[in-house]
Amino acid sequence: MKKYYKYIAVVLAAGVLSCEPELETPVDEMGTYSNGEADFSNYVALGNSLTAGYADGALYITGQENSYPNIMAQQFALTQETNDFTIPYTNDNTGGLLFGGNVIAQNRYVLAVGENGEPGPARYTGSQPTTEVLNTLDGPFSNMGVPGAKSYHLAAQGYGNPEGVPTGMANPYFARFATSASTTVIQDAMMLNPTFFSLWIGNNDVLGYATSGGTGIDQKNNTEPSTYGPNDITDPNVFNLVYSGLVETLTSTASGGALVNIPDVTSVPYFTTVPNNALVLDGETAANLTGFFQAVSQVFAGGLMQQGVPQDQAMALAAQYALTFEEGPNRFVISVEPSDMNPLGFRQMTQEELLLLTIDQGALAQGYGSVRLTPEVMQVLGVLQSGGQPTEEQVNTLFGAVAGIEDADVLDAEEIENIKDATAAYNQAIAAIAEANGLALLDANSLLTDIAQNGYNFDAGTVTSTFATGGAFSLDGIHLTPRGYAIVANELIKEINKTYNSTVPQVNIGNYPTITLNNEVN
Amino acid sequence: MKKLLFLCLFGLAAAVTYAGGYRVSLQGQRSLAMGHTGVAVVNNAELAFFNPAGLVYLEDKINMAVGASAVFSEVVWQNDQFGETYRTDSPVGTPFYAYFSYRMNDWLSLGLAAYTPYGSTVEWPTDWSGSHLVNNIDLKAIYIQALASVKITDNLSVGGGPIYVTGGVNFNRNLNRTLTDLEGNRSNVTVDASGVSAFGWSASAMYKPTERLTLGLNYRSEIMMDAEGGEADFENIPNSPLTPFEDTAFDASLPLPAELSVGVSYQLLDKWLLAVDYNRTYWSVYESLDIDFANPNIPDSQNARNYKDVATYRFGMQYLANEMFTLRVGYYYDESPVQSGYFAPETPRNDAHGFTGGLSVNVNEKLSIDAAFLYNRYKEVDESYNYYSEDGQNVPFEGSYKTSAFVPGLGLTYKI
Repeated sequence: MKKYYKYIAVVLAAGVLSCEPELETPVDEMGTYSNGEADFSNYVALGNSLTAGYADGALYITGQENSYPNIMAQQFALTQETNDFTIPYTNDNTGGLLFGGNVIAQNRYVLAVGENGEPGPARYTGSQPTTEVLNTLDGPFSNMGVPGAKSYHLAAQGYGNPEGVPTGMANPYFARFATSASTTVIQDAMMLNPTFFSLWIGNNDVLGYATSGGTGIDQKNNTEPSTYGPNDITDPNVFNLVYSGLVETLTSTASGGALVNIPDVTSVPYFTTVPNNALVLDGETAANLTGFFQAVSQVFAGGLMQQGVPQDQAMALAAQYALTFEEGPNRFVISVEPSDMNPLGFRQMTQEELLLLTIDQGALAQGYGSVRLTPEVMQVLGVLQSGGQPTEEQVNTLFGAVAGIEDADVLDAEEIENIKDATAAYNQAIAAIAEANGLALLDANSLLTDIAQNGYNFDAGTVTSTFATGGAFSLDGIHLTPRGYAIVANELIKEINKTYNSTVPQVNIGNYPTITLNNEVN
Repeated sequence: MKKLLFLCLFGLAAAVTYAGGYRVSLQGQRSLAMGHTGVAVVNNAELAFFNPAGLVYLEDKINMAVGASAVFSEVVWQNDQFGETYRTDSPVGTPFYAYFSYRMNDWLSLGLAAYTPYGSTVEWPTDWSGSHLVNNIDLKAIYIQALASVKITDNLSVGGGPIYVTGGVNFNRNLNRTLTDLEGNRSNVTVDASGVSAFGWSASAMYKPTERLTLGLNYRSEIMMDAEGGEADFENIPNSPLTPFEDTAFDASLPLPAELSVGVSYQLLDKWLLAVDYNRTYWSVYESLDIDFANPNIPDSQNARNYKDVATYRFGMQYLANEMFTLRVGYYYDESPVQSGYFAPETPRNDAHGFTGGLSVNVNEKLSIDAAFLYNRYKEVDESYNYYSEDGQNVPFEGSYKTSAFVPGLGLTYKI
C-alpha cells in the first residue's frame, strides 16, 4: 500500500513541476537581449517637453507614461537588471498647472466634435487642473525632462526655485521636483549617478521664436543668455558651449548616452497645417480683389507723384501693390514692417512662408489675409472707377481695408531662414559632440522630415505628420503622440544598438495610442 | 519543493487545454488513466459517456461513477521582436461527471448522465498585448443525458439517448489596441450570456465477436448554442459621438461539434486489457465567432475561426494487480482544430501529446476509488492570428506560444 502512495507522490510532483510552461528562449529572462557595451542600470533622461512626454498642449499622467525615455527604460530592463525609471508624475490626466491655487497652465487638448459635426481640437473642460506646483515632489527623477527648457536652462541655477515662477525666472515644471531652490537640472540629474543618459535639448532655443511667429530676436553673436527673451533664438556659440558642458558632466559618470538633434520647423504640423494659399476665391471675388489692389497701386502712385516723386519711380514702387488674384487658391497677404521699399507694409506671401496652426480661421474667412471689402471701401472704389479724386479720408479707408496677416501668425522667409540657420548650427554642434564622445546620435531632423514627406510604416498602416489624423503629432501640433514618441524610442534604440553593440528590442508602435477623443469641452 | 508545489497549485493554474479547441476530454477517471479510451471497454458506469450501448453488459444491477478533475494549466506567450511576455493566470478548472445506470432486465439498461465535455477558462493579464483579441473567457456547458442500452444479441448491443445542454459564456476583450478614455483606461466590452440551452443526442453500438475482443462505436451530435439577448457591457468608452458604444444586447452562436469514436479493446492473459480509440471531432462547423449587437450604431464583431475537423488517437492499458489494485496507463495524440494563421489566444492550442496514468483501489465489493492524472505536452509554436483588422488593414497578432497542462482527478465507482 505504502509503495503505491510513493508512486502517486512522484507522479503528482512531476506533474506540478512541469506545470509552468517554459519557452526555449524566454525573453523575460536575462540573456536573450544584450546591453552590449552600455550599462543601462541607471538611465537618466534630460531634455524638455518632448522628453517629459508633454502632449496635447499639456503634461499629464498617461503622456508621461508614454514618454520616449520611459518606453526605452522598459526595453533596457529586458537586457539587464536596471533601477526603476522614476517619473515626476503630475496629479491627473487633465493637464495644466496650479501655482498657489491659480491656474498657470491650461488643460490638455482633446478631439471634440463641434456643433457643425466637425471634429477638432479643444481644451478639455471636464475638470480643473489639480497639479499644484507648490506641492513639491522628492526629486530627483530618472526622467528629468522639463517642459519649456532651453539648452542653457539645464545649467541655470534657480531654474527650479518656486519663488521665481511668478516672475518667469523659474520653470514651474522643474519647481515641482527640483531638490532645492538653487539647484540646476543637470545637478539634480547627476545626483542619480547615471550610467546611461539621453539628451534631447535645444528645440526651444528656436521653437519659442518659431511659435511666436518670429516676434523675438535672433540673438546670434549675443553670448549672454541672461539677456534673452523667451521668444529669442539662442546664439549657436552659446548653444555649443552649454551643450558641450552638459555632455561633459554627464559622461563623467555614464558609460554611454544618446543625443537627439533638433527637427526642422517645416516638418511640424504647427507650421504646415494651414496652407499659405488657403485664400480660395471664386472668379468674381478674385476679379474684385485684383481691381481693389490695382486701385490701391494707382492711388499710391498718384499720392507719391503729388509729393513730387518722379513718375517712373512712383510707378515702380507702387507696382508691388497691384496684386493679382485668380479663381481658386491664392496666397494670403501679410503685414510687414513698413519700409522705404514697402511703405504701405504689406505683400503677398511667398511659396515657402508659413502660417501658424493657431491663426484665427474665422478671421481668415472674414477677409483677414486679404481685404475687408466693406460698403465704405466699395464706395471709394466706385469713386475711383468713375475717374473721381478720392479724399484723404477715402484714401485711408482704401489702404486701411488691406488686412494683412500679423507677424505673430506667420513665419516669413527671413524668420524661416533664421530658424533654419540656427537649427543647422545646433545640429552641427550636436553631431560633433556625439562624435567626439562616441555617443549614439538620433537624427530627429531627418526622421521627422521623412515622416512628414513619406510617413512611417507600421503593422496597421502608415503614421504621418498630418495634424490630428496622422498619428505622429498630438493636438498641439508640436508635440508627439504616444505613438510618435514610440517611434522616437525605436529609432533611438536602433542608434544605441549600433553604437554600443547592444540588442535592445524595439516596441510595437501599433500598441501606442494617438489622440484622445472627448466632448467635455464646455 | 513544498513551496513550488504550493505555487503551482494555487498561484498559477488553468486554462483548459487538454484537447483540441474547447473540447475537454476528462469524462471518467478510469478511461482517462487509459489515455481516455473507452468506446470498447466495459469497465464501469463511465460507459454512459463513452459508449452507452455497453451499459447493458455491466454485471451489477446498479452502477454509479462520479468524479472530478482539477485542471492546472498555463499558457505563455511571447514576442521576441518586441520583448513582450505574458502568461495566463487562469483559475483551476474543475470538469466533473456523474453517471448512473440501472439494469431493468437481461436486455435493457437505463441510465442518466451528467458531464462537461466542452468548456474553456482562459485569463490573460488585463490589457496584455493580445487584449484586443481576448482578456478573458469563461465558457461552460453541462450535458445532461437520459440513456437506454439494449442488448440485441448476446454479443451486440445498441444505446444512446437525448442530451440537454445548459451553458453560458462570459468573454471580455478590449475594443482595439489603443482606444482609451481620458484617463487612459482601455475601452473594452464584456459579453455575457447564461442559461443558454439546447438539445442533441448520442447513439452507439458495441459488438463482442469473441470473449476477449470488443468493438465499439459512438456518435454524439453537434449542438449549436444560440445565445440570444445576452448582455454586452461596454466600459471605459471615450465620451465622444465618434465612439457610440453603449451597453446593449447581443446574439451569438457557438457550436459544440459532433464527435465520432470508434475503438477496440482486447483482454490479454486475464489480467491485461488493451484499448485503442479513434476520435473524430467535426470542428469545421466553427467558421466564425460572430457577435451581433442589437444597437445598430455598434458594428457587429466578426472573428474568423475556420477550424478544421481533427482526429485524436488514443491508447490505453489496464493491469489487474491484485484484488485491491488495478493499474492503468495511456497515451494519446490530440490534433488541434486551429489552422495556421487562425491561432487566437482565446483558444491557444496546438497538437498535444497526452500521457496518462492512474489506478483504482477497491475499498470493498461495492466501492472503488479511481484516481487518474494527465500530463499534456505541447510543442512550442510560432503562430499568429491574422484576421483582426484596424482601419481595414489586417494586423496579425503573432508570437511564440507554449502550453502546459497537468490534470489530477479523483472518482468513485459504486455498484450493487
